[in-house]
Amino acid sequence: MSLLPYMINGISVGGQYALIAIGYTLVYGILRLINFAHGDVFMVAGLVMVYATASMPIYLALPLAILVTVVLGFTIERVAYKPLRTAPRMSLMISAIGVSYLIQNLAFYITGGVPQPVSNPIPWISDQVTVLGASTKRVTLLTPVLTIVLVFLLVYIINHTKIGMAMRAAAKDFETAQLMGIKINAVISMTFVIGSFLAAVGAMLYFTNYPSVAITSGGMPGLKAFVAAVFGGIGSIPGAVVGAFIIGLCEEVIKGLGYTTFSDAFTFALLIVVLCVRPTGLFGEKVTDKV
Amino acid sequence: MRDMKKTKMVFTAAVLVAILAGCIALDATLPSYHIAITVIKKATVYALVAVSMNLLNGFTGLFSLGQAGFMLLGAYAYGVLTIPVAKRESVYQYFDGGAIHFSLPEIFAGFLGDTVGKTVGMLAALLVGGLLAALMAYLIGLPVLRLKSDYLAIATLGFAEILKAFFQWNKLGPITNGSNLLKSYPYFEHATPYVLIAGVLIAVILLLINSTYGRAFKAIRDDEVAAEAMGINLAKHKRMAFVISSFFAGVGGGMMAMYSGTIAAAPFKSALTYEILLIVVIGGIGSITGSVIASFLYIVSSEWLLRGLDSGTFLGINAPSIFKNGFRMAVFSVIIMVIVLFFRKGIMGDRELPDLLDKRPKKAKKEAAK
Amino acid sequence: MSNNVLRVDHATMQFGGVVAVDDLSLEINKGEIVALIGPNGAGKTTAFNVITGVYQPTNGAVWFNDEKIVENHPQGKMKKQYKGQCEGMYKETIAPTPDKITKLGMARTFQNIRLWKSQTVFDNVLIAKHCRTTSNVFSATFRGNRKEEARQREEVEELLKIVGLDDVKNELATSLPYGKQRRLEIARALAAEPTLLLLDEPAAGMNPQETEELTAFIGEIREKFNLTIFLIEHHMNLVMDISDRIYVLDFGKLIAHGTPAEIQKNQRVIDAYLGVAEDA
Repeated sequence: MSLLPYMINGISVGGQYALIAIGYTLVYGILRLINFAHGDVFMVAGLVMVYATASMPIYLALPLAILVTVVLGFTIERVAYKPLRTAPRMSLMISAIGVSYLIQNLAFYITGGVPQPVSNPIPWISDQVTVLGASTKRVTLLTPVLTIVLVFLLVYIINHTKIGMAMRAAAKDFETAQLMGIKINAVISMTFVIGSFLAAVGAMLYFTNYPSVAITSGGMPGLKAFVAAVFGGIGSIPGAVVGAFIIGLCEEVIKGLGYTTFSDAFTFALLIVVLCVRPTGLFGEKVTDKV
Repeated sequence: MRDMKKTKMVFTAAVLVAILAGCIALDATLPSYHIAITVIKKATVYALVAVSMNLLNGFTGLFSLGQAGFMLLGAYAYGVLTIPVAKRESVYQYFDGGAIHFSLPEIFAGFLGDTVGKTVGMLAALLVGGLLAALMAYLIGLPVLRLKSDYLAIATLGFAEILKAFFQWNKLGPITNGSNLLKSYPYFEHATPYVLIAGVLIAVILLLINSTYGRAFKAIRDDEVAAEAMGINLAKHKRMAFVISSFFAGVGGGMMAMYSGTIAAAPFKSALTYEILLIVVIGGIGSITGSVIASFLYIVSSEWLLRGLDSGTFLGINAPSIFKNGFRMAVFSVIIMVIVLFFRKGIMGDRELPDLLDKRPKKAKKEAAK
Repeated sequence: MSNNVLRVDHATMQFGGVVAVDDLSLEINKGEIVALIGPNGAGKTTAFNVITGVYQPTNGAVWFNDEKIVENHPQGKMKKQYKGQCEGMYKETIAPTPDKITKLGMARTFQNIRLWKSQTVFDNVLIAKHCRTTSNVFSATFRGNRKEEARQREEVEELLKIVGLDDVKNELATSLPYGKQRRLEIARALAAEPTLLLLDEPAAGMNPQETEELTAFIGEIREKFNLTIFLIEHHMNLVMDISDRIYVLDFGKLIAHGTPAEIQKNQRVIDAYLGVAEDA
């Protein structure tokens, strides 16, 4: 039994987690909120892709899927999180859980609760290829490359543009940034837009490897991507990416060893160990409380 | 002042007696498969679990999302301990009849008589489920409770997922039946036993909240630093709240198993925890009465009154293209979001049943209608 | 046997590169009122936090009633100048949580009021009694502790009368006017039955008349509860009126200590407060 195909797969899954994890880490960095709805945004992106590719040419379908996802992310922030800016964090978290519940139920209504088959997978990347003797889809090889490219682009934006600077300032100190004239709502919206965009790309890659999109498809990858973000150090983009690749790899290897039941459990066990041993994650900054 | 207190007590007692009497009357007149009975059973179970969650999230300020995991423990403990020996062969058909060859109701029936013994055995199994959940909470509380708000939430959520995975593991099959159903165990047919058990347990939680320990929990919620400076041992009290809450969630899980007739790990997913959390929010974080009312409102409307939203006709309007499968929950989640965003205090805020007499006394009627 | 209630030995508290408390040693005797003063940012509250167990000092020890309650030896990333300073003196690490120290008989108030917001005045004080309950959670839940509960409630009633808050006992703590909230904080600390009371700027934000009342009040409770009091304060009238002795901190370092009269004349203290002319 060879672990190689699992490892190749793991790197690919890791890349997809990374694209979702960035959404979590960006939002958490600024709002200190676990955006529980992010996994569902990812699921919606998958659904829209399925519907769109079935009814229009691919060069229209993919941009449309991305656009819908971005608008959804933006709307969620404006409707469900913005009114709670001054409320306790628990309210914000409850609102996030409520949004997740709402999206899943709406998706259930629209799909009738039936998993939607990926009937027109994106051509070229869904072709079978053979690498080192293991047969896989081309998307598996493409994902890590695309992920790395997007991450570099994002890091460039954050480090070298005005909006990136505003985002860093808001993450460092929300109130001071506001006092210094940064339009905090615009920054937060931008964060959600970027996060949703990456989730949409992630969804396209992820669901190319799966036969169908179900309304619960977002939950697990979402939670795992969050774990990846915590593992890497929440708020840190390189951390989220490294964490995601490690988790993706470990999970697939565990599957390869025949413990499929525990591949999910492993991720959460890792989370708990990390939180207890090093709560700031691999690359996180230490935060001290004031009395 | 004194009079008011007395009136409040009489009022509360009257409401409780009315609920119980109504319940017994329904049991006597309706067949046990009637929707009203089913709804009462389910709502009572949800009420108990919601109250246990409120104890932790609302009164102690610990945002934990592990409820489904503790319910799972309670449910499995109940099933494993009560399946009659004769039925084990067929239930555990893939595991040679399983590893356990006794059943609590049968053991107790041996020396207490059939009816009494069986009931005692079932109650004992519920209790074991609760204790098991409490023990698990004690163990994971050591590392997890040091975490701050949202990290605690995600860690407890993770623990519930890990538990779920373990219970589906084939190696544990002789006990848990792996990914197959547990079934054929005894359960209460009527609604009254559910109401009685949940009622007594909720009363215990109320007593706890109004005791010196409950006050310490609230102090931790309001200001941890001040609580610690005033001599409240944070680690000890947080763990206490966590363990007690989990005990009741475990019993609730056992009752859920009773009500549903079969046990599998899959339904105890994070969505169940979310559902219960949202019930707590609807009722009012920090109100036991609120959690109970919200559970009933939620279950009664989603399982019964709003059924039509899913099946074509609602309020006499026939529109199958709109009222199709899933519309009910969609409407429901919109309502929940409205409450979360605009009525953050929920139905009750932090008031309890007797407090209803303070101002708008008319509102109390709503609750008497169970 | 010494008669000091509190003794701080070479306490140093370093946060990263900042040394908030720098080799602080002090003693407080039984029945005294001692003040800790100094300009803003001198490290007074940090010193309180070290004594009450909120922070673990990076070096030094705290003794309470001749019992060592806090100790730490230099380790980790200490600034170079502290390495080896007290070498061999402190070998153990004793770092109790604040609640343990409170149970030993030390209670405090906070500079920025930290009352329990959703609780009434009465409950705020009653909760502070929780650390003195002997009943376990079962007997408390099933009301096996009625006697104790009744006794505590009575004590709280009495305490509220003494501090003059019995007329507002059923109101929410946060609905009280500022001065009364400060008073409630003191009452709450007293409910924990301390022998040493630490007050962190009890007169902050008060007008002269309120400050005067508070001065009298502090004297009163010392008599009534047989207390030793250690306080941080900026109102010099209050400090000079009631303190038996004064310690002065500046940039974390102890720069003077003595009776009020001595401190008033001390040139270093005057310099610290007013600043020294650069070109002198």
